[in-house]
Amino acid sequence: MKIAVLVKQTFDTEAKIILDVNGKISSSGVSLIMNPYDEFAVEEGLRIKEKEGGEVTVISVGGQQAQDALRQALAMGADKAVLVDQGEAELDEYATATILAKAISDLEYDLILGGFRAIDDGSAQVAGRVAEILNIPVVNVVTGLEIEGGKAVATRETESGSEVLEVPLPAVITAQKGLNEPRYPSMKGIMKAKKKPMDKKTLADLGLDDGKISAKVKALSFSLPEPRKAGKVIPGEAAEAARELARLLREEAKVI
Amino acid sequence: MDYSIFTAEHEAVRKTIRKFVDTELMPHTEQWEKDAYFADWVFPRMGELGFLSLRYPEKYGGAGGDYFMGLVLAEEMARCCIGGLPMAVAVQTDMATPPIMQFGTEEQKQKYLVPALKGQKVACLGITEPNAGSDVASIQTRAVRDGDYWVINGRKTFITNGVRADFITLVAKTNPDLGYNGVSLFLVDKGTPGFTVTRKLDKVGMRSSDTAELLFEDCRVRAENLLGVENRGFHQIMWELQGERLIGAAGAVAGAQYTFEKALAYARQRVQFGKPLVKLQVIAHRLAEMATEIEAARQLVYSTARKFAAGEYPVREISMAKLVGGQVSFRVADMALQIYGGYGYMMEYDVQRAWRDSRLYRIGGGTDEIMKEVIAKTMGL
Repeated sequence: MKIAVLVKQTFDTEAKIILDVNGKISSSGVSLIMNPYDEFAVEEGLRIKEKEGGEVTVISVGGQQAQDALRQALAMGADKAVLVDQGEAELDEYATATILAKAISDLEYDLILGGFRAIDDGSAQVAGRVAEILNIPVVNVVTGLEIEGGKAVATRETESGSEVLEVPLPAVITAQKGLNEPRYPSMKGIMKAKKKPMDKKTLADLGLDDGKISAKVKALSFSLPEPRKAGKVIPGEAAEAARELARLLREEAKVI
Repeated sequence: MDYSIFTAEHEAVRKTIRKFVDTELMPHTEQWEKDAYFADWVFPRMGELGFLSLRYPEKYGGAGGDYFMGLVLAEEMARCCIGGLPMAVAVQTDMATPPIMQFGTEEQKQKYLVPALKGQKVACLGITEPNAGSDVASIQTRAVRDGDYWVINGRKTFITNGVRADFITLVAKTNPDLGYNGVSLFLVDKGTPGFTVTRKLDKVGMRSSDTAELLFEDCRVRAENLLGVENRGFHQIMWELQGERLIGAAGAVAGAQYTFEKALAYARQRVQFGKPLVKLQVIAHRLAEMATEIEAARQLVYSTARKFAAGEYPVREISMAKLVGGQVSFRVADMALQIYGGYGYMMEYDVQRAWRDSRLYRIGGGTDEIMKEVIAKTMGL
């Protein structure tokens, strides 16, 4: 079983988001992690490999820093990594999916796994677009997965319950929390990860150029949520204060 | 800040340990402090994850990492918000077992070191007695040779892990006429007749760690339980103490860093006189002072660790690092408590625990005064 796992490096969930002077999201001083949903995907890939045999390749698009996420996956037990450096190109979901699909089409694959969304932009589009470009089925938001006889049987949660779907392989499956509990990278695994192959590619290596991946969606501006306003303390005797509180809730806050 | 001692692998290990600390230890620490005992599953779990054997060779089940891997463990454990557990782990990894790796026979390594690194056997180190600690030459525990056995008599006290330990790396007098040239090390299994835990001691801080008073009464151990060379125990234990003090200093400084971060976060959100505490110059300056002291201590720990990792034996720098590390950690905890004010004195806030726990760093592993004595000696005084 040849398994490809799509991995994205994202901000730590604890990171405090700030905008720089140009109004763009500033990454300075922010610690980076593997997108937690991708961690479920890596774990699932490793479990399938351990059961069925085969190979797990992790793939990411990003600068040099995305190596850390790939190394983490290698330390967990993935066999090799592919990192595509997009250079100066601005990416949207379409562009990222185009690059990933191209990189994957150079590999042999029976199954493609990824997180159902990334915790940073949360668009939940990339894995689905990859499936579309490669013309293979996709099952999203999966919490249970069985591989048997060239088919994937996937359980996904719906609004009112869950459904079980069967698709022929190769297919794209995206992971939701609950699919598994990702392992820690083993200490020996971390030491060995450095020696595992990491294939670094440029867009040109994939036969792509800025024209072929030019973004269809551009972010115009970012804004932070309004900071929470300070609370108000109403002084005085309880009965009087309560009357005043009721008045303010009605007339100022307009909640009652 | 880039200290150029940590590689991408060190950082990956750090991340993994931090996640373990956050998800598997932190939910229980409060209870363990109340129980005055952390759960027995912690050692085997840490062994299973490879945390106890980071810097040990693969031959003994380790990951084959360098000294700085051990440093990363000590630093990350210090962030579990209680001091007792990291101390217990440091005893396991950096105090009771290194002498087995360094001086032990292959058989001793298989019997004691390998299971200790897996967390299946808990180790403790027996130096201190009711009437001798850093004055190792004056210890009174006696081991007398009797055919194929040694017969041990004496008392040990303040023994970290002593209640739960499966074996002790024990310091005893083998020739009372030879002063420090008459000291030897032994490996003694819990359960050996004559070896008893007489008391679990009640401490001011480090409460999650079990501290014991031990008694040896005609305790007979086989000749092969002698660790290293007979009558060379003093030199062997002095060697051990260097690693103990350095890792202790690293843990103390990392704990201070954690306490500082919490105090900083508190001072940002606590409003007094109409503004957050950090906007008051007196508080801002205090925080600046804390950060500076921590950084200075950390730089000394790291530069000393670099020498130690390179195989040097920098007794003077290690003693200085231990002295400053212990003092800074207590001072930082004290300043942090002051920032919290009345809340800091309440048991429901963690800072009081940092204050109680960090007090030990100025005593355990050799007091401030002993460190100064060692340093003075290196100055020819």
